[in-house]
Amino acid sequence: MAETLIRVEHLHKRFGDNVVLKDISVEIGKGDVVCVVGPSGGGKSTFLRCLNRLEEPSGGHIYFDGVDICDKKTNIDLHRQHMGMVFQQFNLFPHMTVMKNLTTAPMKLQKKSQEEAERYAYELLEKVGLRDRASDYPSALSGGQQQRIAIVRALCMQPEVMLFDEPTSALDPEMVGEVLNVMRDLARDKMTMIVVTHEMGFAREVANRVMFLDDGEFVEEGPPDVFFAQPKSERLKSFLGKVL
Amino acid sequence: MFQEFWQKFELNFIADNRWQYLTNGLAVTLRVTFFAVLMGLFLGFAVAMIRNAHEHTGRFKILNALCSLYLTVIRGTPVLVQLLLIYFAVFASVRVDKAFTAILAFGINSGAYQAEIFRSGIQSLPKGQFEAGRSLGFTYFQTMTTIIMPQAIRNVIPTLCNEFIVLLKETSVASYIALEDLTKGGDIIRSRTFDPFMPLMAVALIYLAIVMVLTYGVKKLEQRLAKASH
Repeated sequence: MAETLIRVEHLHKRFGDNVVLKDISVEIGKGDVVCVVGPSGGGKSTFLRCLNRLEEPSGGHIYFDGVDICDKKTNIDLHRQHMGMVFQQFNLFPHMTVMKNLTTAPMKLQKKSQEEAERYAYELLEKVGLRDRASDYPSALSGGQQQRIAIVRALCMQPEVMLFDEPTSALDPEMVGEVLNVMRDLARDKMTMIVVTHEMGFAREVANRVMFLDDGEFVEEGPPDVFFAQPKSERLKSFLGKVL
Repeated sequence: MFQEFWQKFELNFIADNRWQYLTNGLAVTLRVTFFAVLMGLFLGFAVAMIRNAHEHTGRFKILNALCSLYLTVIRGTPVLVQLLLIYFAVFASVRVDKAFTAILAFGINSGAYQAEIFRSGIQSLPKGQFEAGRSLGFTYFQTMTTIIMPQAIRNVIPTLCNEFIVLLKETSVASYIALEDLTKGGDIIRSRTFDPFMPLMAVALIYLAIVMVLTYGVKKLEQRLAKASH
């Protein structure tokens, strides 16, 4: 495995009495494309959101670039600048144009000049085929376009890892493809990606590791060909039987 | 009949320049409302910010407790009682301008309601807006100033304007401390002419006219905001 980027040790998460994540340990290497699959309510999203502490873990450690980001003394805002996140609901800022959505964070947080930030934003917009929408407001865009912009917004911060929280689940079926294509390109460019998804086809094709998270536990993981063709545990077998 | 009406009109408004009670009173009402609204804006905004920051970050414990107390007390007691308390109890031993007292009382009162308006504006935004800001690396305060508040303020502008309208009418209770506002002006005329109907009716009509104009303005503003936003 390549150099480790994220190391999760004994991660626990409870909401009140409800235990959502039970003792999860995993390592994610640079350039890994990890798809996290499993039944709804199994803790997939919570796991992802713990990685940049949008959810506060109840226990355990998460090392990002060797720094324990669960340590209260760690400045999480600084680390989040290097962890891009894409949400199910896009969450573009509706009061800003597409370009402002893309450049606000790099200019404020990385002190880039407007010119520099815009140049990079245009470059990425070009890649996702939305260069001509820079001056539009998000509401003028389709769901698929909004999600592509949301991916670009995260990329504008030049993150080391991209976290995707069910990025295609809120999309109309005909728009899923355009978003997955962008993610596929990203994987090809060796971006480290952790993707919570229900798109088994995408996981099979693009991921180099697939993880099965059920009932708060990592049950099984493997490269996609093994994961899908020769599931070991009964739980994964029954899950795959339902979704494939 | 018309002649009788004209006679009463002359008695109530023209004779002794009594109309000036109304115009001067109106000026006082508008001034008190304006400054009370302004004060309420500052107070309300500050309180909403403190409460929200406490909710999200756990900081400002003591300030937050004070804010809660302020909201509970102000919203749990009649504004007239607050006005009387400030005028007769707080400023008992000092001579203060009545208009100033009224501004203070209504400003403090309105601040509590405006705080809740701001807070509801913040809470009406999807949680994802806040999370998207934080996930990019913005601090809590950067997220509030660049992402949350611009949207929240825009959302609450119509509601805030309605609060101003409510306050305009509410200031009429300042007659209790003998502030010569619009209501008091009409009442003074009544006491001079012994005709209650015409001067008080005039007062009512003036309030109504202002409220209608403002309401129309708010409606237009709402439409413009709706059109401009997404």
